[in-house]
Amino acid sequence: MIQTATETESCDNRSTRPDETVLRASDLNVYYGDDRALRSIDMAIPERKVTALIGPSGCGKSTFLRSINRMNDLIDVARVEGELYFHGKNVYDDDVDPVALRRKIGMVFQKPNPFPKSIFDNVAYGLEVQGTTDDVDIDERVERALKNAALWNEVEDRLDESGLELSGGQQQRLCIARAIAPDPEVILMDEPASALDPVATSKVEDLIEELAEEYTVVIVTHNMQQAARISNKTAVFLTGGELVEFGDTNEIFENPDHDRVEDYITGKFG
Amino acid sequence: MSTKIDDELFGSADLQWEKLKNKLFLGICFTASLFGVVVLVFLLADVAYEAGIGIVEFDINIGQFLTEGGRRDPEDAGFYAAIVASVWLMALTAVMAFVVGVGSAIYLEEYAPDTRITRLIEANLANLAGVPSVVYGLLVLAAVVNGFGTGSILLAGAIALALLIVPIIIVSTQEALRAVPDGLRNGSYATGATQWQTIRQVVLPAAIPGILTGTILALARAIGETAPLIMVGILFTARRPPGPLDSFSAMPSQIYVWAAQPQPHFHHLAALGIVVLLAFMLTMNAVAVFLRNRYEREL
Amino acid sequence: MSTDSPNDSAITGDVARADRIRNRHARRLLFTCASVTVITTVAIFAVLIDNAFSYFYGVTLHDAILGVTFEQQVSFSEFLTGTRWAPDHARPAHGVLPIVYGTLAITVGAAFVSIPIGTATAIYLSEYASPAVRSKLKPTLEVLAGIPTIVYGFFAISFITPLFISPLGNLFGHHVGRYNMLAGCIVVGIMTIPMVSSISEDAMSSVPDELRNGAYALGATKFDVSTKVVLPASISGVFASYILAVSRAIGETMAVTLAAGFQAQITGNPFDEIMTMTAYMVSMARGESAVGTVEYQSLFAVGLVLFVMTLTMNLLNDWIKRRYREEYQ
Repeated sequence: MIQTATETESCDNRSTRPDETVLRASDLNVYYGDDRALRSIDMAIPERKVTALIGPSGCGKSTFLRSINRMNDLIDVARVEGELYFHGKNVYDDDVDPVALRRKIGMVFQKPNPFPKSIFDNVAYGLEVQGTTDDVDIDERVERALKNAALWNEVEDRLDESGLELSGGQQQRLCIARAIAPDPEVILMDEPASALDPVATSKVEDLIEELAEEYTVVIVTHNMQQAARISNKTAVFLTGGELVEFGDTNEIFENPDHDRVEDYITGKFG
Repeated sequence: MSTKIDDELFGSADLQWEKLKNKLFLGICFTASLFGVVVLVFLLADVAYEAGIGIVEFDINIGQFLTEGGRRDPEDAGFYAAIVASVWLMALTAVMAFVVGVGSAIYLEEYAPDTRITRLIEANLANLAGVPSVVYGLLVLAAVVNGFGTGSILLAGAIALALLIVPIIIVSTQEALRAVPDGLRNGSYATGATQWQTIRQVVLPAAIPGILTGTILALARAIGETAPLIMVGILFTARRPPGPLDSFSAMPSQIYVWAAQPQPHFHHLAALGIVVLLAFMLTMNAVAVFLRNRYEREL
Repeated sequence: MSTDSPNDSAITGDVARADRIRNRHARRLLFTCASVTVITTVAIFAVLIDNAFSYFYGVTLHDAILGVTFEQQVSFSEFLTGTRWAPDHARPAHGVLPIVYGTLAITVGAAFVSIPIGTATAIYLSEYASPAVRSKLKPTLEVLAGIPTIVYGFFAISFITPLFISPLGNLFGHHVGRYNMLAGCIVVGIMTIPMVSSISEDAMSSVPDELRNGAYALGATKFDVSTKVVLPASISGVFASYILAVSRAIGETMAVTLAAGFQAQITGNPFDEIMTMTAYMVSMARGESAVGTVEYQSLFAVGLVLFVMTLTMNLLNDWIKRRYREEYQ
């Protein structure tokens, strides 16, 4: 069952040990009504690495991301065929509870969506819904999450203020803190920096690289430089929901196998 | 030559008539829209005038009016028992209608699958909103007052009013829930929350100002409803303030009893009662507007 | 740390089981709330039919089904065609027509007030008024709809009848009493103006400006645009507002009771006292003390007729909205 990722040579300088596969898609198809949004995807996502999903809009990269934590379940017309394994367990098996799954796989959205609650309560939210009741424990974990999200210094003395009072970049880091507070294994990010200004973007990018030390990060981005800067692995989706190429980021950007991928990366279309 | 062309183009008699027609039409429309406002002013002035006459010429003592119960003799009659009855009615109606109305709206907006049953419930709501209030009174009269044998008690009146405003509360709550951005729901689901956790901890707190506003406005409508109470209860003048299980005469029914009497003294008591009733409604509306303005900027 | 074994992934049901069960309970409870609305409708039908049966046969329908013997005491043909209504009289008469007439007279009369004034108001609000004026005028008019109907009744007997209708009646040589048909028509008309104006204005405002501009470009005046473009384009919404106003007028109770009176008669004279179905119900309401009496039973027979009339209006409204909906997006 373990395949692909371990076979490729890792150019990653952060870790030399062989990659462990956390998520593996096998012949995964997603339909919206009659439209096929993803075509027979096979992909193995390595642990504690940043995997970037790139491609032109409408190529299915966000659909793929949302199928990992079964957010597509919330769309009535969406239908999934094929398998997606999380540690070898198909998340679309009948006995899998999407709620339990999402407690293992956090998510950050394109538009920052802090709840209209205090900064503290935003971060503590995941802990509370997942059943943590010990106040001391919650305090510690909120602080750790905010520190890991590189937001602690900015909000330390105003945890009671509404999360909506923060700037856009801060709000997004708050959402990242919210996602990591319950300590998931995987963090999914759907164009997390696209709504932010350049300064905030670079902060979030730095943060993503740090997060990869503890978490498996899967990030959708339309920004190829961003993918090249922060990811270890890159998957290129092209129109029609096809995964055209998947491999080490350096390889993809320097020497792609497919002409279509090269055209896309060099900006000939897309 | 040129003047003739000018005439044809810009000054023809036809165009004059067009202009006049337009002015006339605007005048009619403008007058019509003022009509409602003028009537409103006259209505309020009439009530105030009649109440004023009552105080000046019939020596109605406002203190006594607000603290005494109903009496057969207009000289001693007061509104206190009716006010207490209405306050009780509102409290009980609010609890019942809020629970059922908000609960239904959450189900329809957040949980309900798009099935035939759901569509039936939705279509039925529109129908219920058009049922005359007097029919709700008949329903409670037969089903509660006589069916369960409660008798004509205040609680039965509250049930009638609650049934009457549940559709209104459902519709306004649905609107408030729809105004909560889906991003918040997704954020919560992605954190591993169940649907109920999402609703209780994220959606409802964000929607509660809108829900409360809608509920208060619905209650402001209920407090003036007379017909269902007359169907449920007995028309009489209550001496003592009632509890939930006593027979009762609320503000609007007391006003009706007074207004239907031939003696002028009662007539002015009715006017004063209307002033109190309108003051209650005004306060409730003001609270609703305040809530709406206070929380509007959030989200 | 991770192997490909399913054991340590913990994404199967057990982790969130308690939360999931709670979610299911909440859902079930909320569904119960929603079903209350359906139960209400069913109960209204059941109660009205059950008790109306007793008006005609002396026992309720459910008693009849349970085997209580009964015989017809009021014939349907008398009920539907008789022209005298006095079910509680020593010499009872069971013709419902006079009070149906009363209701229809008030409804039609009120429509003569609310429809022209409401429509003209809607045109002014939608086509002429500046946003500032509209934002003040519209809520002010809606206050009219929020005033309790009992207050309108009071307004009729203390203001409209003595100050307008009595002098008018005298002019035509009629003595006008405390109650009269005309006052009822006027107050019910006034209180339904906001329904017509508000809903019609919504429909008119949703007519896209392209249509207006197209007409202006052809040299149309504002009058032409309002009456020949906007009104036809929004006619289904406007019509729906009329039906809603009519439906409301049929079910209106306290204002007509206080304004129009308790004399069940078919009369063309607007200065005469009449009785609507709702006024009859108010006059007969005696609470629980009256169970089994003909007054009590007649309440439900009349209530059923009233309910069927408003239901028809609501269904008609529904049908028009679905059949003639203009979609401008």
